[in-house]
Amino acid sequence: MDALLLSRLQFAITVFYHFLFVPLTIGLVIFCAYVEIQHVRTKNPLYRQMADFWGKLFSINVVLGIVTGITMEFQFGTNWSEYSKYMGDIFGSPLAIEALVAFFLESTFLGVWLFGRNKFSPKVRATAMVLVAIGTNLSALWIITANGFMQNPVGYEIVNGKLVMDDFFALMTNGYAWRIFFHTVIGSYIFGAFFVLAVSAYHLLRKQYMELFMKSFKIGIIFAVFAATATPIIGHFFGNYTAKQNPAKAAAMEAVWETGEGIGMPLLIIPHEKEEKNTEILVLPKVGSLLFTNDPNGKVIGLKDIPKEERPPVAMVHFAFRTMVILGTLFMALAWLGAYLYKTGRLLQKKWSWYLKVLIPSVVLPVICINAGWIVTEVGRQPWTVVGLLKTADSVSPIPASQVWFSLGSLVVFYTVLLIMDTYLMVKFAKKGPEIHTTEEGVDHVA
Amino acid sequence: MSHSLLANIWFVLWCVIWVAYFIFDSYTLGIGMMFPYIAKNRQDRNQLQEVVGPFWNGAEVWLITAGGATFAAFPAVYADMFSFLYVPFYLALFALIFRAVGLEFMHKDDHPMWVKSLKWTFGVASFFIPVVLGVLFANLFYGLEIGKNGMEGSLLGLFKPYAILGATVFVLTFLNAGVAWIHVKADGQLLERANKIARVTAPSLVAALAMFFVATANRTPIFDRFNEMPILYIIPTIALISSMMVVLFVYKKKYLLALASTADVIIFFFATGFTGMYPNMLPSRLNDAFSLTLHNSASSQKTLQIMFIVACIFVPIVLAYQIWTHYLFRERVTNKDAKGYH
Repeated sequence: MDALLLSRLQFAITVFYHFLFVPLTIGLVIFCAYVEIQHVRTKNPLYRQMADFWGKLFSINVVLGIVTGITMEFQFGTNWSEYSKYMGDIFGSPLAIEALVAFFLESTFLGVWLFGRNKFSPKVRATAMVLVAIGTNLSALWIITANGFMQNPVGYEIVNGKLVMDDFFALMTNGYAWRIFFHTVIGSYIFGAFFVLAVSAYHLLRKQYMELFMKSFKIGIIFAVFAATATPIIGHFFGNYTAKQNPAKAAAMEAVWETGEGIGMPLLIIPHEKEEKNTEILVLPKVGSLLFTNDPNGKVIGLKDIPKEERPPVAMVHFAFRTMVILGTLFMALAWLGAYLYKTGRLLQKKWSWYLKVLIPSVVLPVICINAGWIVTEVGRQPWTVVGLLKTADSVSPIPASQVWFSLGSLVVFYTVLLIMDTYLMVKFAKKGPEIHTTEEGVDHVA
Repeated sequence: MSHSLLANIWFVLWCVIWVAYFIFDSYTLGIGMMFPYIAKNRQDRNQLQEVVGPFWNGAEVWLITAGGATFAAFPAVYADMFSFLYVPFYLALFALIFRAVGLEFMHKDDHPMWVKSLKWTFGVASFFIPVVLGVLFANLFYGLEIGKNGMEGSLLGLFKPYAILGATVFVLTFLNAGVAWIHVKADGQLLERANKIARVTAPSLVAALAMFFVATANRTPIFDRFNEMPILYIIPTIALISSMMVVLFVYKKKYLLALASTADVIIFFFATGFTGMYPNMLPSRLNDAFSLTLHNSASSQKTLQIMFIVACIFVPIVLAYQIWTHYLFRERVTNKDAKGYH
């Protein structure tokens, strides 16, 4: 394998790993901040206990989000130097601003929150957690602004064969970036919410710490209903926009070969890229056009109208999109059912215990869903790094493959170790439940 | 502001961000390196964790900012520096990853094997970070073998005696900062154990730094500019005097001043190197035509301007709240009550 293929593989693996941890961080921190605020407002020691329990899980997870993020910053330079030279004038700024505006806030105040347990007033701790939440969510904005440019370049000019910033405001208001941002961040809240629901379900089934986990469940389910409903709606508008700005990706999502009006939405098909056709098993007529254009007879551009060398891998994008949509639908169903069970007081009834049992393993589904979504976005962008401007093959560093073997091999080994450690600790502390010891201190402190 | 002026301002900011990183992280790296030796039991470990815990993560963001600022303001330097020095940057990355995990996960499980292996992970990773970064910066001062086709030097060639000497200066400086920080923030038996280390590392720092400057004069073009403007020699002189002050204050047990002196060593060490490199950012040893300078690698005027405004607003804010957190955690961490990461 050459340096290009290895570097692509390494980028895919490292970004996937990174995004195992990050969505949970983004989602859970909002939950923790909310609980902290409630603690200040109500002075109810139960909220203190909740904030410490969920905050601990957050703090374990966030470590890995941060360290795997450094890898991302390094490898734009190490593995994609040609891209960095070509794009640096535009791409570097959001990255630097991300560190300056978001990472400092997140890291500094996480320290204040973690070590302020017995030192500071509830207000200081709540403020710290809110600032961590702002920092975490802001960081997503900046990195996605950078990513949005790669999907839909705006506000640039080409000088001496390089991209140069022409309009920072256009970069910041890139419609593509804002759609990805809300879709990704609120999608991450699904993960946060389902994590809270799964852990709560585990304890509720064992009838332990009932008060704490019923309350957590309640907040979690509201969060889940909101996020699981909002994400597909935003996704729909994102799809509209993609069809307009990025027809090759949109066509690959639905495996549309022939340009036409009133395109169907395939539920079950097998795309054949060589033959440029699909084996159709089940297709909903006109729904494809409806989803992309809000008109059942709207026109959708097919892949045959896009030069072969500018098409993304169709099957991968198509199936990743299906995975995302199916799981997203499932989240909506689970969230609304949970809300109904909670509201009607049926949640703890024996005949509904299957629901809680289903929630526990469901915790892994949002991460699969979110990463499937990123496969659609990033593989769907191929063969371009910057759509229409720079191809992936021209982005790679002129480095020997042996070096990439070294970094890729080490990263796979190290990351696997980290993932095992993280999973072990998360499961251990999630099962252990809140610490009564800290509760008493918390109560003392409040009093 | 003209493009050239902005590029110069960003060169200075670039230097400042690197120096800020090394000052803020110096004591955590130092404590990390000595951690396996001086922490004898759980309480000691808790205490040392709590001494650095509230601060180190915020410090590390300065490093990430240094990377981001290089990318934004000098994209060509970012691209070539990271790809030419591919393996060292990955080594630094792995060390950064394991330092964080070792420190924060050490007490997340009570199994003796878990604790022991993470204790050493933290220690070894904390040692590797200054070694790799020391080698990198010494190589920047020395000049890289950049030719027409990019990097022509070998990986092993980077670990030349001069670079090892640079790494030694880094390690010793951070060890002294670590000892001073322990004395400022902790109590109990750790102080005496740390003291024993400083009694060796403080004088060694003076010797290593003096040797490094002599080697710099003999082997690198850094002092060429200094020879043209002899007044500049005041910079390395202050660095050297500061290292002597470290010895003085360690022996006089004035640790806050010793800490400040290690910061001075860092400031004037880098000031020497960066002044000598200017306007080069990635100097070629083979032919200066292949060097990347702040002029031929800077971003467009618009980007530099926007980033300058952003930096003017946010750098003071960040500094303010980071200093405020140091004030928040101003109390000494006692051995009896320390909880560490738990």
